Amino acid sequence: MSTSVKTQLLLDDITVGQALPDLSYKVTATTVVLGAMATRDWRPMHHDKDFAVERNGTQDIFLNTPNQAAWFERYLTEWTGPHGRLARVTFRMKGSVFPGDTMVLSGVVESVDVDHVGCGFVTVAVSLSVDGLVKTTCTARMALPRFADDNPWSRSRDQWRPSP
Amino acid sequence: MTTTDAALAEMRDLIGEEQYHEVGEFPVERSYVWTSCASVENGNPLYWDDEVADALTNGPIAPPSMVSVWFRPHHWAPGRTVEALPLQVHFDLKAALDLPEAVMTDNTIEFHTPVRMGDVLRTHQVLRSVSDEKTTKLGTGRFWVIEVVYANQDGDLVAVESYTGFGYRRRKAEGS
Repeated sequence: MSTSVKTQLLLDDITVGQALPDLSYKVTATTVVLGAMATRDWRPMHHDKDFAVERNGTQDIFLNTPNQAAWFERYLTEWTGPHGRLARVTFRMKGSVFPGDTMVLSGVVESVDVDHVGCGFVTVAVSLSVDGLVKTTCTARMALPRFADDNPWSRSRDQWRPSP
Repeated sequence: MTTTDAALAEMRDLIGEEQYHEVGEFPVERSYVWTSCASVENGNPLYWDDEVADALTNGPIAPPSMVSVWFRPHHWAPGRTVEALPLQVHFDLKAALDLPEAVMTDNTIEFHTPVRMGDVLRTHQVLRSVSDEKTTKLGTGRFWVIEVVYANQDGDLVAVESYTGFGYRRRKAEGS
Protein backbone atom coordinates (compact mmCIF):
# COMPACT_ATOMS: atom_id res chain seq x y z
CA MET A 1 0.00 0.00 0.00
CA SER A 2 1.26 3.44 -0.81
CA THR A 3 0.07 6.49 1.03
CA SER A 4 0.06 8.87 -1.93
CA VAL A 5 -3.42 10.08 -1.06
CA LYS A 6 -3.15 13.50 0.51
CA THR A 7 -4.04 13.56 4.19
CA GLN A 8 -6.94 15.81 5.16
CA LEU A 9 -6.25 15.95 8.88
CA LEU A 10 -3.23 15.05 11.00
CA LEU A 11 -3.31 14.23 14.70
CA ASP A 12 -1.26 17.34 15.46
CA ASP A 13 -3.96 19.50 13.85
CA ILE A 14 -6.40 18.53 16.58
CA THR A 15 -6.84 19.88 20.08
CA VAL A 16 -9.02 18.77 22.96
CA GLY A 17 -12.23 20.79 23.02
CA GLN A 18 -12.14 21.43 19.29
CA ALA A 19 -15.61 21.41 17.72
CA LEU A 20 -16.38 19.55 14.52
CA PRO A 21 -18.57 21.30 11.94
CA ASP A 22 -22.27 20.55 12.48
CA LEU A 23 -24.17 18.42 10.01
CA SER A 24 -27.84 19.25 9.56
CA TYR A 25 -30.12 16.89 7.64
CA LYS A 26 -33.85 16.85 7.02
CA VAL A 27 -35.09 13.30 7.62
CA THR A 28 -37.86 12.01 5.37
CA ALA A 29 -39.66 8.67 5.19
CA THR A 30 -37.27 7.84 2.35
CA THR A 31 -34.29 8.49 4.64
CA VAL A 32 -35.66 6.01 7.18
CA VAL A 33 -36.70 3.33 4.68
CA LEU A 34 -33.56 3.66 2.56
CA GLY A 35 -31.44 3.42 5.70
CA ALA A 36 -33.29 0.31 6.87
CA MET A 37 -33.04 -1.41 3.48
CA ALA A 38 -29.38 -0.44 3.07
CA THR A 39 -28.67 -2.17 6.36
CA ARG A 40 -30.86 -5.18 5.49
CA ASP A 41 -33.16 -4.44 8.41
CA TRP A 42 -36.59 -5.70 7.38
CA ARG A 43 -38.30 -5.07 10.73
CA PRO A 44 -41.61 -3.27 10.07
CA MET A 45 -41.16 -0.40 12.52
CA HIS A 46 -38.64 1.03 10.05
CA HIS A 47 -40.96 1.03 7.02
CA ASP A 48 -44.57 0.52 8.21
CA LYS A 49 -46.04 3.51 10.05
CA ASP A 50 -49.12 1.60 11.26
CA PHE A 51 -46.92 -1.05 12.84
CA ALA A 52 -44.65 1.55 14.45
CA VAL A 53 -47.60 3.44 15.93
CA GLU A 54 -49.77 0.50 16.96
CA ARG A 55 -47.11 -1.94 18.10
CA ASN A 56 -44.13 0.16 19.16
CA GLY A 57 -46.17 3.10 20.42
CA THR A 58 -44.02 5.59 18.53
CA GLN A 59 -45.37 8.48 16.45
CA ASP A 60 -43.99 7.16 13.16
CA ILE A 61 -41.34 4.90 11.60
CA PHE A 62 -37.89 5.72 12.93
CA LEU A 63 -34.18 5.45 12.04
CA ASN A 64 -32.79 2.01 12.81
CA THR A 65 -29.68 1.28 14.86
CA PRO A 66 -27.14 0.33 12.14
CA ASN A 67 -28.21 3.26 9.99
CA GLN A 68 -27.48 5.61 12.89
CA ALA A 69 -24.03 4.02 13.05
CA ALA A 70 -23.63 4.79 9.34
CA TRP A 71 -24.65 8.40 9.92
CA PHE A 72 -22.03 8.74 12.68
CA GLU A 73 -19.35 7.20 10.49
CA ARG A 74 -20.22 9.54 7.60
CA TYR A 75 -20.12 12.54 9.95
CA LEU A 76 -16.73 11.63 11.39
CA THR A 77 -14.97 10.66 8.17
CA GLU A 78 -16.20 13.79 6.43
CA TRP A 79 -14.10 15.59 9.03
CA THR A 80 -11.06 13.29 8.99
CA GLY A 81 -10.92 12.36 5.32
CA PRO A 82 -10.28 8.84 4.04
CA HIS A 83 -7.25 8.22 6.29
CA GLY A 84 -9.50 8.33 9.37
CA ARG A 85 -10.11 4.79 10.61
CA LEU A 86 -13.00 4.12 12.94
CA ALA A 87 -11.82 2.03 15.86
CA ARG A 88 -14.71 1.98 18.27
CA VAL A 89 -18.12 3.56 18.41
CA THR A 90 -20.64 3.42 21.22
CA PHE A 91 -23.98 5.17 21.21
CA ARG A 92 -27.13 5.43 23.27
CA MET A 93 -30.46 6.15 21.65
CA LYS A 94 -32.57 8.15 24.11
CA GLY A 95 -35.29 9.02 21.64
CA SER A 96 -36.25 8.12 18.11
CA VAL A 97 -35.64 10.09 14.92
CA PHE A 98 -38.73 10.38 12.72
CA PRO A 99 -39.62 11.62 9.24
CA GLY A 100 -40.01 15.39 9.38
CA ASP A 101 -37.23 15.79 11.94
CA THR A 102 -34.19 17.88 11.09
CA MET A 103 -31.37 16.09 12.82
CA VAL A 104 -28.20 17.94 13.72
CA LEU A 105 -24.98 16.06 14.40
CA SER A 106 -22.41 17.92 16.50
CA GLY A 107 -19.05 16.78 17.79
CA VAL A 108 -16.37 17.83 20.25
CA VAL A 109 -12.91 16.32 20.61
CA GLU A 110 -12.57 14.76 24.06
CA SER A 111 -9.04 13.40 23.86
CA VAL A 112 -6.01 13.07 21.61
CA ASP A 113 -3.50 10.33 22.28
CA VAL A 114 -0.88 8.01 20.83
CA ASP A 115 -1.14 4.41 21.96
CA HIS A 116 1.75 2.21 23.01
CA VAL A 117 2.23 0.86 19.47
CA GLY A 118 2.46 4.37 18.04
CA CYS A 119 -1.00 4.79 16.55
CA GLY A 120 -2.64 8.21 16.90
CA PHE A 121 -6.22 8.41 18.09
CA VAL A 122 -8.88 10.99 18.79
CA THR A 123 -11.97 10.43 20.87
CA VAL A 124 -14.96 12.49 19.80
CA ALA A 125 -18.24 13.02 21.66
CA VAL A 126 -21.01 13.28 19.09
CA SER A 127 -24.62 14.17 19.69
CA LEU A 128 -27.58 13.78 17.37
CA SER A 129 -30.24 16.36 18.22
CA VAL A 130 -33.67 17.30 16.93
CA ASP A 131 -35.08 20.72 17.84
CA GLY A 132 -32.36 21.05 20.47
CA LEU A 133 -33.25 17.76 22.15
CA VAL A 134 -30.49 15.17 22.21
CA LYS A 135 -31.81 11.94 20.71
CA THR A 136 -28.57 9.95 20.56
CA THR A 137 -25.23 10.39 22.27
CA CYS A 138 -22.17 8.77 20.75
CA THR A 139 -18.53 8.38 21.62
CA ALA A 140 -16.21 7.45 18.78
CA ARG A 141 -12.53 6.56 18.82
CA MET A 142 -10.80 7.15 15.50
CA ALA A 143 -7.26 6.58 14.33
CA LEU A 144 -5.65 9.42 12.41
CA PRO A 145 -2.28 9.80 10.69
CA ARG A 146 0.44 11.36 12.80
CA PHE A 147 2.47 12.56 9.82
CA ALA A 148 2.07 12.89 6.05
CA ASP A 149 2.88 9.31 5.04
CA ASP A 150 1.33 7.62 8.08
CA ASN A 151 -1.64 5.39 7.29
CA PRO A 152 -3.72 3.90 10.13
CA TRP A 153 -5.31 1.45 7.67
CA SER A 154 -1.94 -0.28 7.23
CA ARG A 155 -2.07 -1.50 10.83
CA SER A 156 -3.19 -5.02 11.65
CA ARG A 157 -3.04 -7.63 14.39
CA ASP A 158 -0.92 -6.47 17.35
CA GLN A 159 -0.29 -3.08 15.72
CA TRP A 160 -4.03 -2.26 15.78
CA ARG A 161 -5.67 -1.74 19.19
CA PRO A 162 -9.14 -0.31 18.65
CA SER A 163 -9.89 0.07 22.36
CA PRO A 164 -7.63 2.11 24.66
CA MET B 1 -41.88 -20.44 40.64
CA THR B 2 -44.07 -18.86 37.90
CA THR B 3 -43.72 -19.66 34.23
CA THR B 4 -42.04 -16.30 33.71
CA ASP B 5 -39.64 -16.90 36.58
CA ALA B 6 -38.72 -20.26 35.09
CA ALA B 7 -38.22 -18.74 31.65
CA LEU B 8 -36.09 -15.97 33.12
CA ALA B 9 -33.93 -18.51 34.96
CA GLU B 10 -33.59 -20.52 31.76
CA MET B 11 -32.52 -17.44 29.80
CA ARG B 12 -30.08 -16.35 32.48
CA ASP B 13 -28.52 -19.82 32.39
CA LEU B 14 -27.47 -19.00 28.82
CA ILE B 15 -25.45 -15.95 29.86
CA GLY B 16 -21.90 -16.33 28.58
CA GLU B 17 -22.74 -19.22 26.21
CA GLU B 18 -21.87 -18.95 22.52
CA GLN B 19 -25.07 -19.35 20.50
CA TYR B 20 -26.07 -19.32 16.85
CA HIS B 21 -22.79 -19.86 15.06
CA GLU B 22 -23.78 -18.69 11.59
CA VAL B 23 -22.25 -18.02 8.21
CA GLY B 24 -23.36 -14.97 6.21
CA GLU B 25 -25.80 -15.79 3.41
CA PHE B 26 -23.90 -13.88 0.75
CA PRO B 27 -20.41 -12.56 0.06
CA VAL B 28 -19.65 -8.93 0.81
CA GLU B 29 -20.30 -6.94 -2.33
CA ARG B 30 -19.72 -3.46 -3.51
CA SER B 31 -23.18 -2.48 -4.66
CA TYR B 32 -24.37 -2.83 -1.07
CA VAL B 33 -21.50 -0.61 0.04
CA TRP B 34 -22.62 2.04 -2.41
CA THR B 35 -26.27 1.67 -1.37
CA SER B 36 -25.26 2.16 2.24
CA CYS B 37 -23.07 5.16 1.45
CA ALA B 38 -25.90 6.65 -0.60
CA SER B 39 -28.34 6.21 2.29
CA VAL B 40 -26.30 8.58 4.45
CA GLU B 41 -24.71 10.59 1.64
CA ASN B 42 -21.26 9.34 2.59
CA GLY B 43 -18.87 10.63 -0.07
CA ASN B 44 -15.69 9.21 1.47
CA PRO B 45 -13.46 8.54 -1.58
CA LEU B 46 -12.22 5.37 0.08
CA TYR B 47 -15.51 3.77 -0.99
CA TRP B 48 -15.99 5.48 -4.37
CA ASP B 49 -12.49 5.94 -5.85
CA ASP B 50 -10.47 2.81 -6.66
CA GLU B 51 -7.17 4.71 -6.64
CA VAL B 52 -7.79 5.89 -3.08
CA ALA B 53 -8.84 2.38 -2.02
CA ASP B 54 -5.76 0.86 -3.65
CA ALA B 55 -3.50 3.39 -1.96
CA LEU B 56 -4.95 3.27 1.53
CA THR B 57 -6.46 -0.18 1.99
CA ASN B 58 -4.90 -2.27 -0.81
CA GLY B 59 -8.26 -2.46 -2.59
CA PRO B 60 -11.89 -1.79 -1.75
CA ILE B 61 -13.20 -2.36 1.75
CA ALA B 62 -16.63 -1.88 3.29
CA PRO B 63 -17.34 0.94 5.73
CA PRO B 64 -16.70 -0.47 9.21
CA SER B 65 -20.16 0.53 10.46
CA MET B 66 -21.71 -1.84 7.89
CA VAL B 67 -20.48 -4.92 9.73
CA SER B 68 -23.92 -6.10 10.85
CA VAL B 69 -25.23 -5.86 7.28
CA TRP B 70 -23.24 -8.92 6.27
CA PHE B 71 -24.93 -11.29 8.70
CA ARG B 72 -28.53 -10.22 8.25
CA PRO B 73 -30.47 -12.99 6.49
CA HIS B 74 -32.53 -12.60 3.34
CA HIS B 75 -36.16 -11.80 4.07
CA TRP B 76 -37.04 -14.91 2.07
CA ALA B 77 -35.09 -17.78 0.56
CA PRO B 78 -36.11 -20.95 -1.31
CA GLY B 79 -37.27 -23.64 1.07
CA ARG B 80 -37.46 -21.33 4.05
CA THR B 81 -40.78 -21.67 5.86
CA VAL B 82 -40.03 -19.52 8.89
CA GLU B 83 -38.64 -16.01 8.67
CA ALA B 84 -34.95 -16.01 9.53
CA LEU B 85 -34.16 -13.27 12.00
CA PRO B 86 -30.91 -11.50 12.72
CA LEU B 87 -29.85 -11.37 16.35
CA GLN B 88 -31.91 -14.45 17.16
CA VAL B 89 -31.04 -14.27 20.87
CA HIS B 90 -32.99 -10.99 21.03
CA PHE B 91 -36.09 -12.66 19.61
CA ASP B 92 -35.63 -15.71 21.84
CA LEU B 93 -35.71 -13.41 24.87
CA LYS B 94 -38.85 -11.64 23.67
CA ALA B 95 -40.61 -14.97 23.18
CA ALA B 96 -39.40 -16.62 26.37
CA LEU B 97 -40.18 -13.64 28.58
CA ASP B 98 -43.49 -12.90 26.82
CA LEU B 99 -42.46 -9.35 25.93
CA PRO B 100 -44.11 -8.61 22.58
CA GLU B 101 -42.33 -5.34 21.73
CA ALA B 102 -38.69 -4.38 21.79
CA VAL B 103 -36.34 -1.57 20.86
CA MET B 104 -32.58 -1.21 20.89
CA THR B 105 -31.18 1.43 23.21
CA ASP B 106 -27.38 1.09 23.08
CA ASN B 107 -24.90 -0.12 20.51
CA THR B 108 -21.13 -0.49 20.76
CA ILE B 109 -18.88 -1.76 17.98
CA GLU B 110 -15.14 -2.37 18.14
CA PHE B 111 -13.57 -2.72 14.69
CA HIS B 112 -10.65 -5.00 13.90
CA THR B 113 -9.75 -6.45 10.46
CA PRO B 114 -11.44 -4.50 7.63
CA VAL B 115 -14.17 -6.25 5.64
CA ARG B 116 -13.26 -6.83 1.99
CA MET B 117 -15.27 -7.61 -1.12
CA GLY B 118 -15.90 -11.35 -1.35
CA ASP B 119 -15.58 -11.96 2.39
CA VAL B 120 -18.19 -14.22 3.95
CA LEU B 121 -18.50 -13.42 7.63
CA ARG B 122 -18.94 -15.89 10.46
CA THR B 123 -20.79 -14.77 13.56
CA HIS B 124 -21.93 -15.98 16.91
CA GLN B 125 -24.02 -14.37 19.66
CA VAL B 126 -23.47 -14.28 23.40
CA LEU B 127 -26.08 -13.16 25.92
CA ARG B 128 -24.28 -11.02 28.51
CA SER B 129 -27.07 -9.95 30.88
CA VAL B 130 -30.82 -9.76 31.51
CA SER B 131 -31.99 -7.04 33.91
CA ASP B 132 -34.64 -7.11 36.56
CA GLU B 133 -37.99 -5.67 35.57
CA LYS B 134 -37.94 -1.96 34.64
CA THR B 135 -40.61 0.54 33.60
CA THR B 136 -39.88 3.21 31.01
CA LYS B 137 -42.09 5.55 28.99
CA LEU B 138 -42.58 2.71 26.50
CA GLY B 139 -43.79 0.13 28.99
CA THR B 140 -42.62 -2.47 31.48
CA GLY B 141 -40.04 -5.08 30.61
CA ARG B 142 -36.38 -5.99 30.81
CA PHE B 143 -33.11 -4.77 29.34
CA TRP B 144 -30.65 -7.29 27.95
CA VAL B 145 -27.17 -7.11 26.46
CA ILE B 146 -26.21 -9.30 23.53
CA GLU B 147 -22.73 -9.48 22.04
CA VAL B 148 -22.12 -10.44 18.40
CA VAL B 149 -18.64 -11.57 17.36
CA TYR B 150 -17.73 -11.34 13.67
CA ALA B 151 -14.83 -13.10 11.93
CA ASN B 152 -13.95 -13.49 8.28
CA GLN B 153 -13.49 -16.73 6.34
CA ASP B 154 -9.81 -16.82 7.38
CA GLY B 155 -10.71 -16.65 11.06
CA ASP B 156 -9.54 -13.07 11.50
CA LEU B 157 -11.54 -11.13 14.06
CA VAL B 158 -13.51 -8.43 12.23
CA ALA B 159 -15.61 -6.82 14.96
CA VAL B 160 -17.21 -7.24 18.33
CA GLU B 161 -20.61 -5.62 18.66
CA SER B 162 -22.78 -5.19 21.72
CA TYR B 163 -26.49 -4.38 21.63
CA THR B 164 -28.65 -3.36 24.58
CA GLY B 165 -32.28 -4.22 23.90
CA PHE B 166 -35.39 -3.37 25.90
CA GLY B 167 -38.18 -5.93 25.57
CA TYR B 168 -41.47 -4.62 26.92
CA ARG B 169 -45.21 -4.81 27.18
CA ARG B 170 -46.95 -1.53 26.46
CA ARG B 171 -48.90 0.16 29.24
CA LYS B 172 -52.60 -0.69 29.17
CA ALA B 173 -53.52 3.00 29.33
CA GLU B 174 -52.07 3.33 25.85
CA GLY B 175 -54.59 0.84 24.50
CA SER B 176 -52.42 -2.19 23.97
